[in-house]
Amino acid sequence: MSSSRKARWAAAGGVISIVLATSVLAQTVEGGRFGFGRVATPQEIAGWDIDVRPDGHGVRKGKGDARRGQEIYDAQCASCHGTFGESNNYMVIAGGVTKEDLKTGRAASLKAGEVRTVGNKLNYATTLWDYINRAMPWTNPQSLSVEDVYAVTAYVLHLNEIVPEDFELSDQNILKVQMPNRNGMTTEHGMRSVAGKPDVQGSLCMKDCVKEVKVASELPTFARNAHGNLAEQKRPLGPMRGIDTTRYEQGKAGAVKVAAAAPATAAAGPNPADVLKARACTACHAVASKVVGPSFQEIGTKYASRGDAAAYLVEKMKSGGVGAWGQIPMPAQPALTDAEAQAVAKWILGGAK
Amino acid sequence: MSRVNPKQRKRAMKNQKTFSPGRILPAPEHHLTAESVAAVGQSRRGFMRAAAGAAVAGVSGGALAQGAGKTDPPHIAPWTRSLGPGVVTNGYGMPSKFEAAVQRRESPGLTRTSQSSVSFTPLQNLFGIITPSGVHFERHHSGMPEVDPAQHRLMINGLVRRPLILTMDDIMRFPSVSRIHFIECGANTGMEWGNVAVPTVQYTHGMLACSEFTGVLLSTLLEEAGYDRKNGKFILAEGADGSALTRTVPMEMALNDVMVVYGQNGEMLRPENGYPLRLVVPGVQGVSSVKWLRRIEVGDKPWNAREESLHYIDLMPDGRHRQYSSVQEVKSVITAPSGGQKLLDKGFYEISGLAWSGRGRIKRVDVSTDGGRSWRTAKLQEPVLTKALTRFRIDWNWDGSPAFLQSRAVDETGHVQPTFGALRAVRGTRSIYHNNAIQTWNVQANGEVWNVQLA
Repeated sequence: MSSSRKARWAAAGGVISIVLATSVLAQTVEGGRFGFGRVATPQEIAGWDIDVRPDGHGVRKGKGDARRGQEIYDAQCASCHGTFGESNNYMVIAGGVTKEDLKTGRAASLKAGEVRTVGNKLNYATTLWDYINRAMPWTNPQSLSVEDVYAVTAYVLHLNEIVPEDFELSDQNILKVQMPNRNGMTTEHGMRSVAGKPDVQGSLCMKDCVKEVKVASELPTFARNAHGNLAEQKRPLGPMRGIDTTRYEQGKAGAVKVAAAAPATAAAGPNPADVLKARACTACHAVASKVVGPSFQEIGTKYASRGDAAAYLVEKMKSGGVGAWGQIPMPAQPALTDAEAQAVAKWILGGAK
Repeated sequence: MSRVNPKQRKRAMKNQKTFSPGRILPAPEHHLTAESVAAVGQSRRGFMRAAAGAAVAGVSGGALAQGAGKTDPPHIAPWTRSLGPGVVTNGYGMPSKFEAAVQRRESPGLTRTSQSSVSFTPLQNLFGIITPSGVHFERHHSGMPEVDPAQHRLMINGLVRRPLILTMDDIMRFPSVSRIHFIECGANTGMEWGNVAVPTVQYTHGMLACSEFTGVLLSTLLEEAGYDRKNGKFILAEGADGSALTRTVPMEMALNDVMVVYGQNGEMLRPENGYPLRLVVPGVQGVSSVKWLRRIEVGDKPWNAREESLHYIDLMPDGRHRQYSSVQEVKSVITAPSGGQKLLDKGFYEISGLAWSGRGRIKRVDVSTDGGRSWRTAKLQEPVLTKALTRFRIDWNWDGSPAFLQSRAVDETGHVQPTFGALRAVRGTRSIYHNNAIQTWNVQANGEVWNVQLA
């Protein structure tokens, strides 16, 4: 409680005991109606206020070039997003951009068809910087330095042929980067606020509203069991039952699905199947087939004869690496606990079944 | 089973000849397992055999599994002849083990990993308008963080006179409100823009939930921080998860009904839904209701964050994206009967479903059973609340012939839910977001209900 506020209370004829009681709350905020919480210091704000806007608000001082960016990208990003930004089923980084788009600011590929990438959708480079800075790499966000974020952003821009391969991106030029879809957004629509005018209005017709009822699209039979047996997804009470869709079953198990079949260990300690799912191992590895990385069974076969195999695998899982299986690196997994890593290592070396 | 009343047996046989599939029988046979339903269609002997087998094998799913003949009157059920467990057997109770079918589920192939994914609310199994917290749909962008409420902080900064840091203790001291609102992901029904893609209402409409939320109005906190009334045009909300997800909310909306929420359906938020603190932006696509809320910044311009420039933007036929598309427009869906279900009998059915609008209250819901040829107005269950789910119901007699069930909602602004045709004519098929088209369920002559789209 500040002295000026105390003075105000006193001047207003406030009872002395109230002044004493409230003065105990030394950290309350002056001027607020309630005075709860405390004032954030500039250092505290600087640590959390990391957002960057297209108008330059929040742009950090620094620089980084695309060549350095490629080193970081290949080590920390390519495992998910692909060496050329083509993606391994994650957000596609590059593609769908032409030289003409750079001039018009409209990615023509968006009108034509199916390609949707960071390159052909995004309107401002600052958003790319902001997102890499706050949320990437996915397993270890907010671990890159300001310089690294500039470098990776420059490289991603280069992958989309927006800047040359030796381009140095900095706080001085990031606002000037001309994105290929910078003119591709519109806010002219009715969904920005409750008061907005809807663009599509239905009909209130009550009788003879359509001449012919014709089915234009239905679920193909091969897709009817794709979400599992529907009989098990409806409570078996009441006037309806879930349809038994096992008759539509394709008869082949998906590669990722197999991981769920990993044995539940009777002993105490993490269940490998749970760890694989919770730590997203199955994003890159399957039990029997190569996905991004080698299959668990391949890994087991390769290292089974090694004396320190379990310890080696635990170390590899936790710190990541590149070279043993090819040039796509595996990112470090800092969140993985020792117990989890040991359970998975033991399961892999036991044949991954 | 030999105790079945001969009159009922006779009726069952008679019904078999008259109807397909098997008629719902009076007690004791009316609790049917899937096996016994099928068996009724084949022959009475087959039915008896299947029923007996189910009883022996202890197949779950119906009273037959408990041994129908042994628990129906005049017999006395084992749970009537025994002493049950005491209070606090479960300090925080769970649903009955017989409710195992009621689960959140992912749509296979929709996303690569469960850390950046969505699970769907099992709408086909729910009553009323409140979604049990445990089956509220989930959407995570970097997995579900485990946030310690004692260490959690909310920062309010930007164009404010007093940048604040609030603990959960602080936040819970402010005057609170409790309000019932829906949260619908902007991508709900997104898989159906081009064609039918998924089988049940859980997957077509299950990125939808409705809860009683308790917390502080954002306006209270903004005033406490002394926000800039002249230049403060927008707020940024930011999560404490690994994605540090950010969304822009216009100040007008922020001051109107946006809540900083800690309570959901009488308890604290579940971890999946943002424990211990989240934003709730009523009527707006769910991504704006930022979970694990750690920061509010007041600014003079929108942020163009990733989730408002790479995702959650609506692709139009001309190749442009609609940006800052926020309001979830008027929409409804029939949840019973609905896709992936089988009607066990002809006769009376109560058609029931949900209607909602991000623009306010539901004024009216019409239901068609003939694919939109003719419509009847349904009854609305009170309370009908603004930006909340509204339950509607209407009587229907199924005569055994194919039917096409549809519902269309009208909100208090007069906006009428459109058909797929009307929606596509303006927005094409590649928008992903804001699909509020009329849903059609095709009831086939065999009683099976499948998801279809009409020409």
